[in-house]
Amino acid sequence: MLPTIREIADSLRRKETQPSEWMAQSLAAVRERDGAIGAFLTLDADGAVERARRLDGQPQTNPMFGVPFALKDNICTEGLRTTAASRILESYIPPYSATAGQRLADAGAVLIGKTNLDEFAMGSSTENSAFQKTRNPYHSDAVPGGSSGGSAAAVAAGLVPFALGSDTGGSIRQPAAFCGVVGLKPTYGRVSRYGLIAFGSSLDQIGPLTRTVEDAALVLQAIAGHDPNDSTSAPQPVDDWMAALERGVRGLRIGVVRTGEEEGVHPGVQAAVDAALRTLEGAGAEIVEVALPHAQYAVASYYLVAPAEASANLARFDGVRYGRRVVGETLTDMYERSRSEGFGLEVKRRIMIGTYILSEGYYDAYYKRAQQMRTLIRQDYEAAFERCDVVVTPTAPTPAFRFGEKSDPLQMYLTDLFTIPANLAGLPGLSVPCGMVDGLPVGIQFVGRAFDEATLLQIGHAYEQERGFPMPTPEVAGQ
Amino acid sequence: MSTQSVSTSAPLFETVIGLEVHVELKTETKIFCGCKTTFGSPPNTNVCPVCLGLPGALPVLNRRAVELAVKAAMALGCHINQDCKFDRKNYFYPDLPKGYQISQYDRPIGEHGHLEIEVGGERRRIGITRVHLEEDAGKSSHAADGTHTLVDYNRTGVPLIEIVSEPDIRSPEEARLYLEGIRAVMQYCDVSDCRMEEGSLRCDANISLRPFGQTAFGQKIELKNMNSFRNVQKALEFEVERQTAMLQRGEAVEQETRRFDEATQTTVLMRTKEEAHDYRYFPDPDLVPLAIDDAWLGQLRAELPELPATKRRRYVEELGLPPYDAGVLTSDPALAHYFEAVVAAGADAKQASNWVMGDLLAYLNNRGRSVADAPLAPEHLAALIGEVARDTISSKQAREVFQISCETGTDPQTVIRERGMAQISDADALLPVIDQVIAENPKSVSDYLGGKQKAIGALVGQVMKATQGKANPGMVNRLIAERIAAASES
Repeated sequence: MLPTIREIADSLRRKETQPSEWMAQSLAAVRERDGAIGAFLTLDADGAVERARRLDGQPQTNPMFGVPFALKDNICTEGLRTTAASRILESYIPPYSATAGQRLADAGAVLIGKTNLDEFAMGSSTENSAFQKTRNPYHSDAVPGGSSGGSAAAVAAGLVPFALGSDTGGSIRQPAAFCGVVGLKPTYGRVSRYGLIAFGSSLDQIGPLTRTVEDAALVLQAIAGHDPNDSTSAPQPVDDWMAALERGVRGLRIGVVRTGEEEGVHPGVQAAVDAALRTLEGAGAEIVEVALPHAQYAVASYYLVAPAEASANLARFDGVRYGRRVVGETLTDMYERSRSEGFGLEVKRRIMIGTYILSEGYYDAYYKRAQQMRTLIRQDYEAAFERCDVVVTPTAPTPAFRFGEKSDPLQMYLTDLFTIPANLAGLPGLSVPCGMVDGLPVGIQFVGRAFDEATLLQIGHAYEQERGFPMPTPEVAGQ
Repeated sequence: MSTQSVSTSAPLFETVIGLEVHVELKTETKIFCGCKTTFGSPPNTNVCPVCLGLPGALPVLNRRAVELAVKAAMALGCHINQDCKFDRKNYFYPDLPKGYQISQYDRPIGEHGHLEIEVGGERRRIGITRVHLEEDAGKSSHAADGTHTLVDYNRTGVPLIEIVSEPDIRSPEEARLYLEGIRAVMQYCDVSDCRMEEGSLRCDANISLRPFGQTAFGQKIELKNMNSFRNVQKALEFEVERQTAMLQRGEAVEQETRRFDEATQTTVLMRTKEEAHDYRYFPDPDLVPLAIDDAWLGQLRAELPELPATKRRRYVEELGLPPYDAGVLTSDPALAHYFEAVVAAGADAKQASNWVMGDLLAYLNNRGRSVADAPLAPEHLAALIGEVARDTISSKQAREVFQISCETGTDPQTVIRERGMAQISDADALLPVIDQVIAENPKSVSDYLGGKQKAIGALVGQVMKATQGKANPGMVNRLIAERIAAASES
């Protein structure tokens, strides 16, 4: 089991170890244990060893220096296969790197490989990967969540100290909760989307999956900030999130949205979240009740906006320039065959829905109304934030489910009901492990004001300190 | 217009035409990435992840493209939408790498403009519905045997404006005049080269016919693939004829898209309405709404030059030029600029106009050169005009001097001096020669005195001969008449 970023950075700072040693340890862990987990789609062992070796003996410039990491395989890496877990990109090698991954590389972090996901990040269990199953490190029959299931499982199993994921409707936070790790979806615009294979462009955001909140802050520090290559990346200055961590929770107001059986919340999950709230209250936080009256429409709105955007975003996969091409009699034939064979069922379903939603005569009824609902949900949050500093819910209504359990797509969509509102409103969300139910981890979600990741990290870190129990290490992770 | 049999008699139907003109903007780099816009580069060399639509790539708006689009829209009298946005226009085609074109749907950069044209001496105002900013697509080359298509993405992402006219155009000729007007405005604002042969100006047309007096429009036909102003006019003329014949036969015109076939000079069916696209427009979430603040707008307005319509009016009203001259001179900003420089250097406006429209344009056209490569500086042309005005040389000589100057690069006054072409306009110098010629040609003198006015021509010819053609012929004519009259009175 690899230690945290903080521990590796401290060891490197004290010159007790060299980057190569950590890389060797990470690669050994992957080779030894990923067969049972299936987190990685592509491992760049030779490249990683070489990059780490070049750092040996160099001065440590920042806490990311020499730290091994993984990227979700919808984040482009120059010269390294990037598939989005889709057959249509099975052998696609990008000629450029995504900004977020490049910033980590520039800071000296060492990429080891690319992790599994639901095809094009469409799913909540990583079962929609065209290539392989990823198992929950806590239970081999349970899903790791999704769509960043590979990244979450890799961190939970101790294969890497951190990984990046992407979150369109909960795809960082939900797998983080299912795998017992920390997952942060930053404010929309906080981290550049340049090089992230787009799913829902107005919702997508890259963020870290780590073992601790402090590590999430360290990674965010490295990847956040305006990128001239992404028009939607915000000009807001990057805060000093390390300083924010130590502020404690005394005087902070935590807004609790009442949830229960109506939302399909598992009693064990509710109990774990309630216990976490009592812990925070005990540490000096004030608990207030808040309501998000329009949140009940979030899932419906999301499944209009995201597929609509996806239907256009995925049009470029046509077999003409790159990716899978299936030759046809005519041009249309080539398009149809390439896309029929290249895309999986869920991707096709969403392209169909999105195309329908945007077609003439339906735009106002669906897309436009869904966008109006986003405004109402954002206003709900604004009202809530007049009374509190963060809004708390369970990250997911249940712990990780079994493979095949959610065969009805609607049931699968509903697993994201607590995470989707933050995407629709563009707000930052953080999932922190808060207990175990039936041997599976549970996460508590904190949603904050736009660009106020500082308060999320502050509360999350304080909670980790006060939690009073260690999250059990999954057996597969070894010691 | 020999192809248009119906034009010989009074037309039976009113022609209604609307044009959609695409103009490539003259930016250094593409609209959403840093790639060069250079025309004629080897295929697929001016490309990057963004304009190739690679997974994960994102557009970043080039502000220069916005500026040129705003200027073009303002020059066409449009209202500028200061808060506009970009939308995705979705359709599949190999030359469209993202599977959608970034364009503007319901908030174009400019709306409600117009262009004035002159048709048969009458002014017509053609409404402009909208001007919107978008990215160009790539260029497909289809193999002759139909086995494959090659695509060049160099043009992908070159900024374009689409100028959509109201259905205000009433004849194929008006359509051509409108296009010429659009081109002049674009060139004046320096927003585009408008080279139709390089595709930097492209035109599609909608045309329908209706009985005179009917307010409802007839069924429209969309025309594509017209690669010159002349072909636009020809295609429309063909359509007028074709649709007239159909309507006369009692057939209904069906909505369809046709393309002009240059070889046969006809239009042929491309697709029918059933194949029409649903573009599924929606706001592009990768781009933030575009806000054009007052300061920026003001700055762009201040940068607008005098536009052709205003210039035309000024040439007529202030310089006293005939409307025809004003029209020709203002059709091209470089030509107008040259003309104005000649006048500024002191030449008479009408003389300057005659020279520029006559000898200069002929010289350039014969050599396929543009005004920018004029062989004679405007000040030198003004000097030449001045020498004629001062009678230093004759008009005939001046044209010779012009040719010599153009070919040798020597300025006209040097040519006149070096070649000894200056006219003798000095009476003291001419009188001895004149007196001698009168003395030596009594027959001509008596013929003249006998009423044969033409006889003086022979005498003038003798004087010119004696002076090797340098005498000022007008002056010689006058002096001879005076000397003969004086002699006969005494």
